[in-house]
Amino acid sequence: MRCVFSLLSAEQSQPVCQNASFIMKIIVKRRRGHLAALSIAAVVIMVGVPLWWRTTETYRAWLPVSQIQELSKLQLQLSADVEVVFSRGTVTPEQQKKLPLTQTQDEEHRVDEDTALSYRYETRYRTATVMEEDALNQPTAAEADLSLHTLSESPCGSLVVYVIPESSTLLPQDVDVYIGRRRTAFLRIGAKMRVGRTLEQLLAHMEPRVKQVLQVMSFSHTDITAALSDRVRLSPGNKESIADSMRAFKSSPGYEITFSLLNPDPKSHRLHWDIEGAAQTYIQPLLTKLAPVANFSMDSQTLYYAVLGVSPRFDSSRSTYTLNADSLAHVINPVEARLGSNAASSNPVLNFLLYVPDAHHSPLYIHDRKKQEVPSNAFHSPRWGGIMVYNVNDFYGPEAVFPVDINIDMAKVMGVFLAQLRLLLGVQSSSAPPGFLVAPCGTAGLADWELDRLMWSRSVENVATATTTITSLAQLLDQIGNIVINDNIAEQVSSAVTSLQLAVAELESGNLGFALQYSKEAILASERAFFDPSLLHLLYFPDDQKFAIYIPLFLPMCVPILLSLLKIISDARQKRRDKQAKKD
Amino acid sequence: MLAGVCFGDEPCLLIPSRKTTIKHANVLIFFLFSQENAGQFFSSGHTNNWAVLVCTSRFWFNYRHVANTLSVYRSVKRLGIPDSHIVLMLADDMACNHRNPKPATVFSHKNMELNVYGDDVEVDYRGYEVTVENFLRVLTGRLPPSTPRAPSVINEQIHCWILPLHSYTVVSYIKCHGGNGFLKFQDSEEISNVELADAFEQMWQKRRYNELLFIIDTCQGASMYERFYSPNLMALASSQVGEDSLSHQPDLAIGVHLMDRYTFYLLEFLEDIHPASKTNMNDLFKVCPKSHCVSTPGHRTDLFLRDPGSVLVTDFFGSVRKVELTMETINLTGHIKQWEESAADGEPRKETYSYSDQLPVSEIIHQKPKQKDWHPPDGFILGLWTLILLVFFKTYGIKHLKHIF
Repeated sequence: MRCVFSLLSAEQSQPVCQNASFIMKIIVKRRRGHLAALSIAAVVIMVGVPLWWRTTETYRAWLPVSQIQELSKLQLQLSADVEVVFSRGTVTPEQQKKLPLTQTQDEEHRVDEDTALSYRYETRYRTATVMEEDALNQPTAAEADLSLHTLSESPCGSLVVYVIPESSTLLPQDVDVYIGRRRTAFLRIGAKMRVGRTLEQLLAHMEPRVKQVLQVMSFSHTDITAALSDRVRLSPGNKESIADSMRAFKSSPGYEITFSLLNPDPKSHRLHWDIEGAAQTYIQPLLTKLAPVANFSMDSQTLYYAVLGVSPRFDSSRSTYTLNADSLAHVINPVEARLGSNAASSNPVLNFLLYVPDAHHSPLYIHDRKKQEVPSNAFHSPRWGGIMVYNVNDFYGPEAVFPVDINIDMAKVMGVFLAQLRLLLGVQSSSAPPGFLVAPCGTAGLADWELDRLMWSRSVENVATATTTITSLAQLLDQIGNIVINDNIAEQVSSAVTSLQLAVAELESGNLGFALQYSKEAILASERAFFDPSLLHLLYFPDDQKFAIYIPLFLPMCVPILLSLLKIISDARQKRRDKQAKKD
Repeated sequence: MLAGVCFGDEPCLLIPSRKTTIKHANVLIFFLFSQENAGQFFSSGHTNNWAVLVCTSRFWFNYRHVANTLSVYRSVKRLGIPDSHIVLMLADDMACNHRNPKPATVFSHKNMELNVYGDDVEVDYRGYEVTVENFLRVLTGRLPPSTPRAPSVINEQIHCWILPLHSYTVVSYIKCHGGNGFLKFQDSEEISNVELADAFEQMWQKRRYNELLFIIDTCQGASMYERFYSPNLMALASSQVGEDSLSHQPDLAIGVHLMDRYTFYLLEFLEDIHPASKTNMNDLFKVCPKSHCVSTPGHRTDLFLRDPGSVLVTDFFGSVRKVELTMETINLTGHIKQWEESAADGEPRKETYSYSDQLPVSEIIHQKPKQKDWHPPDGFILGLWTLILLVFFKTYGIKHLKHIF
């Protein structure tokens, strides 16, 4: 029984049956030692390494990456509803029987490999009702427009085109199309469409002309691609649209409008301007109408002893002071520092300055490149605001007692500022094609169809910007593996993705109002996610620093474990070798 | 630039680095961002340039770093970039330093010829606010909502409380002390070149710049731009890896060196630039050859899309607004509506105004103590307990523990 132990104690070649308990103890101790080393190694590897790995990895919340990938391929479909109403004298009774009729047209455009646009026009052809015929019998187009508006109101994003006979006196002789203030247009049927053609030929004739009206009143390809300029690098094709897109402010949830009166010479002029009343009367209607697009806040200030940075030249032929177009660019920077426009809010600011020249440099006129006076005496800078020069030397004679009290004519001033405001907000479209007459925009300063155009381009711009932001955020977080992604960022990203999907769906079904709203939410959420202050933690450690930190901690611990494991292995190998030797 | 291809701003990142002969180096980082609007419709090329000028060195003997940054600030302002578009970060206040023999002045030329501090310096980040974190926040736009607008910078497109940068050229000038692959901030922190490259990549993803010019003036400055990988970056450094950037002129009255060599010659070059000049980037690369600078300036243009010979220096350093004449007006008829008095009895309604609370005192006084999360004991405590246990085991041996537990 004691000689059994000789198998275990391989290095003791002679049987040690006498000191069996001693050998037992050694063997038990060695086994205990082996067990201890093995169990420590097991704990280190099973428990320690995963624990260290989990506690030192950066926390990255889950992002809906697959949905973001889908969104990066932007497929936008815009649809518009058009109603074409034939009035008496444009269709024959046989043709009338086939109406009402609905047609759908689709147009596909591929902007670049990631962006595709498709336009869908649903055209409904019908004849005019009796009440509409009565309305169309008004003497002028403007009155007809007004009475038609009282009959029915078209929803946002849709259009109604009334086709009137060629002999109608509603429009002047050389005008074929009249575009009203709301969402209606009058189209004069062509001369060759005499009665006797079939309905298909009539519709085929109408189609390009209705399309032309649509290009002006609803979205056009150039506008939409200009709105996508953030996402897509456009070739310098259409300078007009590029200029338009660069002039207008980028889409933002709110804007701040500041009116400033610059009085460099308070000793001579004591200026009074009823800015509150003027802003309420003239500007506020426009801002109220633009409420679905953005929030606006207005404020005003007066600056004394504020001079323009450029000294005007005296033009002796006209005995006036002039500012020529080239020197205008240097006017803004010196004056901007005084305006204090940055302090109030974090929205983009539109500055409108009214400059009254001092008595020694009056009157002051702005000349264009051809040395002609600019009738409005104003200029504007894209994405900044506008400046108007208001001359007051006519208000008093040479023998007046200084300082002179002057009341500024706010209607004239606000007319200019309103026009500049429209340009800066991106409302103004390119000029209408020949043969078109566009109604003046009225007290609100904005026609309904202009608002629709703005809403289309804003929605598209918001959707494009939000998708770009989200995809670039996902790409960035993927690329820089060290950034910590918190839960609130993941939440913002998910809500942005949801809003984007909803916005695209609403655009497809033609609900312009909802589409704009969802696109605004999407852009807010995506910007908030991208610019979250917590995304800064770039936990980058160069490799040599990582070694320097971990080696003093782990090496002293690992070396004994490794050595004991090696010893176990060599012992086992030795035993096996002995067993082999014993067998032989 | 009437190229008509890109219409955004182009940021340029210029990082001149210089090493001074004195051991403690200050890091001066110039960042210049520029934005360019193309299109023949407008008259001039560059509209929206931003500049980020950073000096990260403290202490009196790093006077020259602050002087360098302020001189570049002056040049940039002279060429047209307004204060609202410049972020100036100075890590220490030399003008009001106790050791300054002429308080409220910072001179950049010996014999006290030019005071670059002046009356209208706007420093956005001063003193201890110049940290790596704030620097990265300014660049990437990840500022907390409470940041006032001026230091937030670089934004054309503003969405609620976030101020994103929008494509423009940025010039970044950094003046500091550095080593191979890192820049030192304030003697206590550093930023590595990988982090800087990642920050620029984040800016690029959000299109916060169009073109970036990065000038760095530190020792071994070229190591800082080695790791850039975002497009449209141009970088300039005052010295190669393994070289030191040296200082230029000591002033005996003030007692410290006033300028560094690279920035000195750079400023001489910029003095000849006026808003309409046509010098291009290749001339800028030739500034300060080895004979003047002792170190070899380097530059990197492979990431830049345009040919540097076609890029004007004023694209980055200057800024002229585009203007259009207003040709249309709207004819407004109708009189101004009078404000309706809500008080029908004719008494003037007085509104009382009051200042909003600058400091929410009541909240501070009645603040509840903040719930602190429980953290496991810190390393020091753990080490102390381990030591005590070890000593205990050594003296008493393990088998005696059974008497205790």
